[in-house]
Amino acid sequence: MGRFNGIITVAGKELRSYFSSPIAYIVITVFLIFTGFFFFKDFFYFNQAEMRGLFQLLPLMFCFVLPAVTMRLFAEERHSGSLEILLTLPLGMWEIVLGKFAAALIFTQIMLSPTLFYFVTVVLVGSPDPGPVAGGYIGALFLAAALISIGLLFSSVTRNQIVAFILTWGAAFSLWLIDKITIFLPSSLGFLSYLGTDFHFQNISRGVIDSRDIIYFISVSALAMMFTVKILERRR
Amino acid sequence: MIEVSGLTKSYGSFKAVDNLSFVVKEGEITGFLGPNGAGKTTTLRMLSCYIEPDSGSVTVGGFNSKDSAKEIKKIIGYLPESAPLYGDMIVYDYLSFVARVRGLEGDESIRNAAEICRIRDVMHKNIMELSKGYRQRVGLAHAIIHDPQVLILDEPTSGLDPVEIVEIRNLIKELGKSKTVILSTHILHEVEAACDRIIIIDKGRIAADDTTANLQSAVRGKRNICLKIRGALFDEAYAILKAAEGVERVDPLDDSNFTSLMVTASGSDDVRPVIFEAAVKNGWVIYEMRQEFESLENIFRELTSGGNNGEI
Repeated sequence: MGRFNGIITVAGKELRSYFSSPIAYIVITVFLIFTGFFFFKDFFYFNQAEMRGLFQLLPLMFCFVLPAVTMRLFAEERHSGSLEILLTLPLGMWEIVLGKFAAALIFTQIMLSPTLFYFVTVVLVGSPDPGPVAGGYIGALFLAAALISIGLLFSSVTRNQIVAFILTWGAAFSLWLIDKITIFLPSSLGFLSYLGTDFHFQNISRGVIDSRDIIYFISVSALAMMFTVKILERRR
Repeated sequence: MIEVSGLTKSYGSFKAVDNLSFVVKEGEITGFLGPNGAGKTTTLRMLSCYIEPDSGSVTVGGFNSKDSAKEIKKIIGYLPESAPLYGDMIVYDYLSFVARVRGLEGDESIRNAAEICRIRDVMHKNIMELSKGYRQRVGLAHAIIHDPQVLILDEPTSGLDPVEIVEIRNLIKELGKSKTVILSTHILHEVEAACDRIIIIDKGRIAADDTTANLQSAVRGKRNICLKIRGALFDEAYAILKAAEGVERVDPLDDSNFTSLMVTASGSDDVRPVIFEAAVKNGWVIYEMRQEFESLENIFRELTSGGNNGEI
């Protein structure tokens, strides 16, 4: 507590309100149905004891699911006017943004945790390489952090949750797509693939934890949250 | 306690608050009065550090809003207009969230605030399900939970029913005994009933700033008496009343059933005995004699109904 009291309190409140609305359960259910379907479809087909099926799909799944997780964070407060309550409590702008960020990140981990049963299944039928599995989950954490920060940013510019969702989805999907379209571009533009989320995520999920990939995700998160703070302060 | 000087805030080309300056002393209940859109909410938002002024300064309890907004937020309790609380939360959870943000340990402060605002029977309800009156009271509880020195309430009684209005008003008076309170309203009666001091604001400027008593006596200096009689024609009654002591003016009133007059007293003395005696002496039958207790309504209308009153 102490210094982080504000962040923890905001995060706790946000997490609580996630689970008091049906959206949380809908999002988790949809996420698990889709990942479960695509994972086990290929799992029995390829007959390999590995979780690649899950982690290859995850970045695309996150593009659709995480905007739904983050869309309400600021947009709803703007819409209902409760932002005025929040901003007149003795909280720093960073405490508010980081608190909401932490809540969304914890929510994502809760959403992801049932997929550990896939790992149990894989262990039961074979002996998977633990490296890529650990890498996949670590990558998922960083990828989620980056996309949630982008979601926070777009949620802070509008009072309409649908608009926040669509903007976040558009940004997340573009970042997912970017390293796939560089093959159509002249090779001098090949560096653009470094901007892609999937490019960095797939590196980590191979089990190779490179500081460049980690730095990429952290920079995206920090940048997006910085703009969020700026926007909230500008609106005063 | 609160010092505001040269406060200005524009939205685009619209000047919501224009060079506002005033001082609120400790322990005063000050009413911010003005028509809708006069700049009350904008001013209170700047006092509570929700928005920043374009120019001018706000000082609360010695802290300047520019450099120590967080300190100000700590010592004030602020209830925004129509209490936009978190609808999806239970009252108790909401208050404990606010208490924790304010660094209050334990349940003591929550219980106290709930006791004062009388919301103990709704502590386990969803805020969304509360009636407007209860919601407002939860909002008040939120604002006083940390026993602030300054309480800022934006339209605390709007949208409530008459019973709730009286309750909230009494609550504010009670709280005002130990705190500096600023409240805004567009209902005159409200400030007359609850406030020691009134700041009338119009088009972002201060139109009047005085104690409630002073403003009231300024209006009450002139009493109007509405009189309806039979047994005399207007001209006749006019001549007699005009000559009576303490009467400044007599005007006809529009009523075909009676001889109706509006008698304006010149001083602050009650002229009703004089009228009564005149009636007895001349054999008039009085059907109605009503002293119009002019409230601040007139000052308010005079000061805010457009026209050329920028210099007041």
